[in-house]
Amino acid sequence: MKSIIKITILTVVLISFASCQKDSRPNYEYMPNMYESVGYETYQESSAFANGVEAQLPVEGSIPRGYTPFDIANTNEGFLLAKETLKSPLDSAKVDLARGKVLYDIYCGICHGNKGKGQGKLVKREKILGVPSYADAGRAITEGGAYHTIYYGKNAMGSYANLINEEERWQVIAYVLKLKADLEK
Amino acid sequence: MKQVIHRKLSSNILRLSLIILIAFSSSLSAQEGDPAAGKALFNTNCASCHKMDKKMTGPALRNVEARLAEDEGLDREWLYSWIKNSAGMVKSGDAYANKIYAEYKGVAMTAFPQLSNADIDNILAYTAVDPCVSNPKPGCPGYVPPPGGEATSSGDGDGASNNLILGALALLFALLAGALVLVNRTLRSFAQEKGVQLNEAPKGTPIWKAFVQNQFLVLVTAIFLLLASGYFVYGYFMQVGVNQGYEPVQEIHFSHRIHAGDNGVDCKYCHSSARVSKTSGIPSLNVCMNCHKSISEVADATATVEHSKDFYDGEIKKLYAAVGWDDANQEYTGETKPVKWTRIHNLPDFAYFNHSQHVSVAGVECQTCHGPIEEMEIVSQHAPLTMGWCINCHRETNVKVKDNAYYSKIHEQLAKKYGDLDQIKAAQMGGLECGKCHY
Repeated sequence: MKSIIKITILTVVLISFASCQKDSRPNYEYMPNMYESVGYETYQESSAFANGVEAQLPVEGSIPRGYTPFDIANTNEGFLLAKETLKSPLDSAKVDLARGKVLYDIYCGICHGNKGKGQGKLVKREKILGVPSYADAGRAITEGGAYHTIYYGKNAMGSYANLINEEERWQVIAYVLKLKADLEK
Repeated sequence: MKQVIHRKLSSNILRLSLIILIAFSSSLSAQEGDPAAGKALFNTNCASCHKMDKKMTGPALRNVEARLAEDEGLDREWLYSWIKNSAGMVKSGDAYANKIYAEYKGVAMTAFPQLSNADIDNILAYTAVDPCVSNPKPGCPGYVPPPGGEATSSGDGDGASNNLILGALALLFALLAGALVLVNRTLRSFAQEKGVQLNEAPKGTPIWKAFVQNQFLVLVTAIFLLLASGYFVYGYFMQVGVNQGYEPVQEIHFSHRIHAGDNGVDCKYCHSSARVSKTSGIPSLNVCMNCHKSISEVADATATVEHSKDFYDGEIKKLYAAVGWDDANQEYTGETKPVKWTRIHNLPDFAYFNHSQHVSVAGVECQTCHGPIEEMEIVSQHAPLTMGWCINCHRETNVKVKDNAYYSKIHEQLAKKYGDLDQIKAAQMGGLECGKCHY
């Protein structure tokens, strides 16, 4: 009888030890100073900056290397100006429709549909509604207008400037214009 | 006879009234448009900027015609010309057109020349449909909750009843065991009183003593225990620093199951830097707002037993608070606060890993390392992320050299060296060099 009690106590103790291991806590490390970076890690908290995070916006007015500032304003007038005047810097040799399609399917197809009809998966599931077709006569999209829209967003669409870079935007637009031409056939 | 005539008369009156009613209602719908067709048109053309009951890019549209007629004295003709060419109306100096254009800070409504007057009639019929008729909800007059709705909505009911059944079973077993013990005791006391001799087992050497006396057995057991404890101690020390299965609670509950699984959003949509940079970044909140500007609450079907619709809606509210989005007025307040996400996959500082190299160049699926993310409600670390695990993959995975310009030069060199080119592993291209990952 005594041994039964002892065994029970031992089991309870073991189980309680085992249940201490929690998946919501990281495991122990042997030498944390070798595991943890001395330099700042991306998005790390840091007391060196006023808002307490490592990720800082560039100084206002600075232009990152390889970037070209976009001068047209985020207004309706700016949109119309871009629609009329802005042209793609890519010539026909530089247009890579295969890459444009890959990027389009990732970033645009989820709403605009892989054929540009405005029937993406989110639209079909009625999460986001009213996505127009690229062949929509009332919109009459042009490459400049599309660039302005991708850069700043329009109506319910947000800006995609931080997701794809300038060259990728123009590749996507080349693919969009191809989809538009296919739809209007 | 009289009665028969009467009967016929009443049924005739009924029939007549039915005919009148049908005629009346059909003429009504001919005037007012078809709400069903209007719904389809609304969803494709209007819903990107207008919601029924809530301000979005444009104003809410429920009963727009009645409201306009009442408040501004504008008729359907005004609506026709506004919808077909709003910019023209603003330019022509129409008072209300300019007022609404200014109210929405110069956001011009797209022109819809492709919509006919009949289409617009249908859309207006849809906006005039009373939501309580088609979809009764709490708050509607005369709303009756559907039978059985309570039971399905409270998911805890199932768990509670399961627990109850289990408890009852446990109690039953305890009672049975108790009863058996009692029966045994009473039978023994009966036997003693009657003087019946019970057959007690003869007491030999107890098993423990016999065990201790057998030295060979003791030796074998000792060796076994030592080996077993060595195995477990080794196992414990080897898993120190390995975070497989780590699933921290995040400040905002983000369900990959809903986003990547049900809705099929590509991984790279949010983690776009995985294509081009070393880190696969945590998306900034403006990426969330690309969709959640329009999606301020989840659908009823999204809720699960574990997480209710209210819970998910609350998480979207947290996003709005963090990004500073005023959902009622549809504008940013400018008051933001960063979200403290907890990093799950974390390589030690002495190991170098580059996402773009694996995602863009090698074309490795995200799921290869991160597991079935699209099924995870809460993300947990799928792979151990140990060196052995990395090396193993480099030894076993064929490099996709076909149509991959990145590899064309090394492909030629390797062709000279190995001859057979169908099966190049990452290991053969220096994927096992120490300096590739440790420097």
